[in-house]
Amino acid sequence: MALSRRIAYIDLSTGKIETKPIPIEMRRKFLGGRGLDAYLLYNHCEKGIDPFSPENPLIVSAGLLVGTLASATSRTHVMAKSPLTGMLGSCNMGGFFAPELRWAGFDHLVIKGKADKPVYIWIHNGEIEIRDAKNLWGKSVTEAQWAVREELGDPDVKCLVCGPAGEKLVRFANVMTGIKNAGGRTGMGAVMGSKNLKLIAVRGTMDIKIAYPKEALEFNKRFIEQITTAKVNQTMGILGTPFIWGATNSWGGVRVNNFQYNQLLYADDVEPERFHEIANETFGKYHMAGCFACQVHCRARYRIPDGPYKGCYDEGPEYTTQGAFASEVGCTSALTVLTGNYLCNQYGVDWLELGSLIAWAMELYEKGILTIRDTGGIDLRFGNDEAVIEMIKHVCERDTWLGDVLAEGGLKAAEIIGRDSIKYLIHVKGMQNLHSDERPTPALALNIATASRGSDHLRSRPAIDLYHLPEPVLRKIYSNPVPYDGPLSSDFRSYEGKAWQVFWQEQCFMAVDSLGICKYHTTFLGATLPNFEDWTKVIYYNTGLEFTPQELWTIAERCNNMERLFNIREGLTPDDPFKGDILVDRYFTEPTKRGAPDVIGTCIDREKFLKMREEFYRYHGWDEKTGAPTEETLIRLGIDNEPSHLL
Amino acid sequence: MHANPKALVINYEKCTGCRLCELVCSVHHHGVSNPAKSRIKVEKWEWEGLYIPMSCKQCIDAPCMNVCPVKAISRDEILSRVVVDHNLCIGCRSCVAVCPFGAMGFDPVEKKVFKCDLCDGDPKCVYFCDEKAVDYVEVSREALLRKREAAEKIAQAHRRAVELMSEI
Repeated sequence: MALSRRIAYIDLSTGKIETKPIPIEMRRKFLGGRGLDAYLLYNHCEKGIDPFSPENPLIVSAGLLVGTLASATSRTHVMAKSPLTGMLGSCNMGGFFAPELRWAGFDHLVIKGKADKPVYIWIHNGEIEIRDAKNLWGKSVTEAQWAVREELGDPDVKCLVCGPAGEKLVRFANVMTGIKNAGGRTGMGAVMGSKNLKLIAVRGTMDIKIAYPKEALEFNKRFIEQITTAKVNQTMGILGTPFIWGATNSWGGVRVNNFQYNQLLYADDVEPERFHEIANETFGKYHMAGCFACQVHCRARYRIPDGPYKGCYDEGPEYTTQGAFASEVGCTSALTVLTGNYLCNQYGVDWLELGSLIAWAMELYEKGILTIRDTGGIDLRFGNDEAVIEMIKHVCERDTWLGDVLAEGGLKAAEIIGRDSIKYLIHVKGMQNLHSDERPTPALALNIATASRGSDHLRSRPAIDLYHLPEPVLRKIYSNPVPYDGPLSSDFRSYEGKAWQVFWQEQCFMAVDSLGICKYHTTFLGATLPNFEDWTKVIYYNTGLEFTPQELWTIAERCNNMERLFNIREGLTPDDPFKGDILVDRYFTEPTKRGAPDVIGTCIDREKFLKMREEFYRYHGWDEKTGAPTEETLIRLGIDNEPSHLL
Repeated sequence: MHANPKALVINYEKCTGCRLCELVCSVHHHGVSNPAKSRIKVEKWEWEGLYIPMSCKQCIDAPCMNVCPVKAISRDEILSRVVVDHNLCIGCRSCVAVCPFGAMGFDPVEKKVFKCDLCDGDPKCVYFCDEKAVDYVEVSREALLRKREAAEKIAQAHRRAVELMSEI
């Protein structure tokens, strides 16, 4: 059954492999996926180690409900200490790897050590083997996967792979599966590369017993209807995530020319409808694809329509690709977005980080901090499409001075470049912000400032805050499953009640990441989508485990606190400009220049922001000044004796 | 005999590759999530984005039925399907080898062959497939629809040709 999946400890230095069952008490405390990963990371990662050292554990997992009837139960989670930030490294991806891992008998893999030559791990129906990857090393993300399938003689093998960027230790390299399902942010692919681990191949035909099959089937049908009838998901099913970029850009919520503007003008060629058209023309009318068991199907299939990669098959692009290779770098060409998308997928690199870094370098070039000599002859001005494509290759190959420097990530690059370069870097905790501009939206600003893996939109973003929902609707959502009677505001510019909304979303996302469900199936972009109470039902029907919504909430709190403990141990203090829960100065000092009437001319009020952050700490049970969990909080959550080494 | 029998019709173009059909099939028939026990399987050519769901065609002149040495396989004309009688089946798996569509499965644990039984007239794969990449429809009606679809392509080509001619 779903709860019988094991944990495997794999030491690549010694070749030793050990497997254990996961005790039910650990499930009740941490569920699985990201939640249990957080426990494992805190327990298996020594304080202060070099993220590229063999001691850094790479933890790969499937969520508690992966492979079961709970809608889009496809998510793989990967954790380690991040080589980009030196703090929590964590990524979550869809596709088909996680369910296959479960059918092969495992839920969590803790991979330590470093192989003396390139290897891959082969997991098949309860068996684990470390194999030579001489023939896979150097191969692109897709080539490596097809090659290993051929070697193993099974087209249904699923892979988790690091691309050439991971091999070259680009500090924001992804782990990938399939064509484009990417575990982006924080450089988990580089950790794989540092271990000489090219790939994890899995194939399984073992049963996952469903506790109440008939009820699970019936409930799932209703659950899917709840998810697919939401307008936001219907739109996503046609236009994919690019529709979000279109909506955000129209009111002035995207970063342009690094951080100089907040709306991309003359953007017709990079609007979602344009990508829809290209997919129609190059793949056909039915071009949307889905992850495992998902009926939203937000991923477009297409071929590159022109240019040097004409005819190459790829999937996407996403909301963040439009940001990375259009708005942030000031480009307005669909071809640049699609080419960038393709290159990043093949190299296995986080386009979000990369686009943001190229945009930063462009501003440095504009300001004269970088010259044409530093760029190796590339005219790195905003809007130069060829320069963007060239820089993607140079960073992933590390074959020019600037490419090599940017591959080290923003903070290290700023140290090498020197002068005032750090002033223009848009980051939190050393991780670049995505293309969104949070100056008009205090809630979103607090979200990126406090997210556990650095500037990020997928840890605690109350996206529905942008919809001007009536207060009673907000109250209904945000006072469940625990009561909340504080202020709530329908105005996205307000600071009232936003701390609670961010806290609630953080709890919500931790729960789904631990269950292995996609965030588009939760209260994220749609107000009618499932959350805690619905999950208690799917957990029960599929696994037989009984939880109350409040219990799930407490589990999410516990898991969030484990991540917090890890970051505190690695040196987080609230106002530290490199490791803190704080935004760069530009958020507070440069008002927005474009956008809708209620957006233009706004920036974040530092005093109100800090007050909001204190309030946010308070909800967490953290000290208002140090941001650390209080003794009382740790005792309440039963994690006052960590590391406890139970797994 | 059913006057106008229904059949499972697969339109691979509509398939999004999510494999929910495999999941619900194995849960419905075995109470477990395990695509290896599903009657339907989405074959993929991922590097081209091609997803082709494969299932039993319920052949009229079924090779599995013809090859069965103990006559355990027969046609159920009410639901227009091919069924296996496990009381007669000796597990020789000749049917697995002979099926041109790979639609006959074998469960190595229970040591039994299995195939699509159309969920007794309410196929779960169809029930769950929003895209209707898998559909359960009257065969004669499906043929008419397909005719229209194919003709539409010719009609479009004709319109385009006329447009081009008028531009010259």
